[in-house]
Amino acid sequence: MTTALHEPDLALHVEDLTVSYQSKPVLWDIDFDVPPGVMAAIVGPNGAGKSTLIKSILGLVPKVAGHVTLHGRTYRAQRSRVGYVPQRSSVDWDFPTTALDVVTMGLYGRLGWLRRPGRSERREAFEALERVGMETFADRQISQLSGGQQQRVFLARALVQQADVYFLDEPMAGVDATTERAIVDILHRLRDAGKTVIVVHHDLQTVRNYFDWLLLLNVRVIAQGAVGEVYTADNLRKAYGGQIALLDEHALLTRESAGEPAGARR
Amino acid sequence: MTFVDWLQDYTLQNVVAGAALLGLISGVLGSFAVLRKQSLLGDTLSHAALPGICLGFIISGGRHFGSLLAGALVSGALAALTMLLLTRNSRLKTDAALGITLSTFFALGVVLLTYIQGTGNAAQGGLDSFLFGQAAATLRSDLWVMAGITAVALALVGALWKEFKLIAFDPGYAASLGLPVAWLEALLTVMIALAVVVGLQMVGVVLMAAMVIAPAVAARQWCNRLETMVALAAAIGIGGGIGGALLSALARGLATGPLIILSVSVVVLVSLLFAPGRGFVWELIRLWRGRRRLRYQQVLTTLYRLAVHHEDPAYRSEQGMVDSYHGVGSRKALHLLERRGMVERHAARDGEPSAAAQWVLTRAGIAEAERILSALGEDGENGDAERAAG
Repeated sequence: MTTALHEPDLALHVEDLTVSYQSKPVLWDIDFDVPPGVMAAIVGPNGAGKSTLIKSILGLVPKVAGHVTLHGRTYRAQRSRVGYVPQRSSVDWDFPTTALDVVTMGLYGRLGWLRRPGRSERREAFEALERVGMETFADRQISQLSGGQQQRVFLARALVQQADVYFLDEPMAGVDATTERAIVDILHRLRDAGKTVIVVHHDLQTVRNYFDWLLLLNVRVIAQGAVGEVYTADNLRKAYGGQIALLDEHALLTRESAGEPAGARR
Repeated sequence: MTFVDWLQDYTLQNVVAGAALLGLISGVLGSFAVLRKQSLLGDTLSHAALPGICLGFIISGGRHFGSLLAGALVSGALAALTMLLLTRNSRLKTDAALGITLSTFFALGVVLLTYIQGTGNAAQGGLDSFLFGQAAATLRSDLWVMAGITAVALALVGALWKEFKLIAFDPGYAASLGLPVAWLEALLTVMIALAVVVGLQMVGVVLMAAMVIAPAVAARQWCNRLETMVALAAAIGIGGGIGGALLSALARGLATGPLIILSVSVVVLVSLLFAPGRGFVWELIRLWRGRRRLRYQQVLTTLYRLAVHHEDPAYRSEQGMVDSYHGVGSRKALHLLERRGMVERHAARDGEPSAAAQWVLTRAGIAEAERILSALGEDGENGDAERAAG
């Protein structure tokens, strides 16, 4: 059976998405498109529904309305092309297992039922740990890792999925500067290899340095597009309302501090 | 009765085999329950089994192991479902939902139990033994049922090992990979209900929860891999089961079920106290060592700073001065420093107002103090003492 692809030119296409928790809408009528090969940030104030957006795209929370396609097909059909990094705080790190074992979990979907990870899977997982600079911690009990190291293990687990579209939920939250730099470098390399990287991000200061596509979210879509066009004082004020006054508007909006011109990669 | 006769005792063999099976299944499944933060699930399921047992009795009209267990399984599953609906569709948190379900089902069970006792049915004798278990009543045919249930549960855990591991660690991620998380969780719950059913005859509905939680909690203390944890929990469960059964056989008249629970609890206690790295005693020792080292470093650097301040590496610090900085407790630290050759004690010189001991840093002491201070990032003071010494 061949069905016509819906918006095949977009890595991610979200249409009319509405999600609610107990009659209170968390996401309202979201239309959100991401072209392939960009690194996109989802940014907004607390309670804007950033994590919920990712989770509903991945089918982890039920939608009230709307549909989602990835490279033209539904998430169900494209599951093997998607990598996911949940929030680090969403799991109990006191679980009795090693860093290498956690990374191997990224291969469970590909392995399928009844098959156990063998030598080749472990080698693949080890290589992913090398890519995030964690190979010396492969046999370390995960509770003994620092926050930044745990985050890198989670990233390695998504890397072994060898996906085309990556979703990351606050990967830079609560990690040290070195880890943040390392994570951003890895994500940039993924993007340069033609992958699409979609990140829930909380730090407005770094948006223009790290990303080339931006969704400003506050229950509804405030603005979306190339960072250079979307990242304006007007849009930020609309997304954050009064809270923006607490941030240093001047520092956020002066151009000089930006390392590379936003959107230059595209 | 000789020892060999004792071992060949039919009842004892049954009880020991049953207890071992119970320890095996509850150790394995309990590990997953504990890691998924559902320790109380076993408690709810076992209490909820009581109305099922009574209904099984009423329907079959007698004490048939099979029908009682089927009843227990059905009402246990019903309780699990109620709990799931309560947590999903109301504002109740898991613990509140567990508590409400547990007590409602148990109350219903006790009402049914008194109803049956009121009917004067001769066959009902000993039905209340399901409350606390009656291991001696275990028959060879019961054992086969228990063995069958255990074998099925172990086979499922073996076949779905990596899936169960993943939903215990990170259910959200498991769902993103396409695993049917809800079904797998339901399967684990049903299997725990089966384990509870296995244990009803032996330890009863009231104590069964401990049998699910205790071996897993004890095992977690000793190992860092899920594989070893599950294997160890099974071993602890089997050991506790057999130990309790033998104890109750040695001391005639003591109830087997509670003795099994107590044997496992002893293992838990020892594990919580003494397990390397995670045990309470281990933690205390680490805390005490850390404090002692800190105090010793504080006293040493104080002596060093006094020497720097007076530009005299052989400066004699009076005991009273150190006391006023760090309290009388510093004396122990000073003696420790003396034993390690960091300081020397000198008697007061003639004619000095105080006859208390005086302390002088040795060369090793100066080097150690500088190492501590530079590790703290206080490089500014480095070298002063050396200059003074030179």
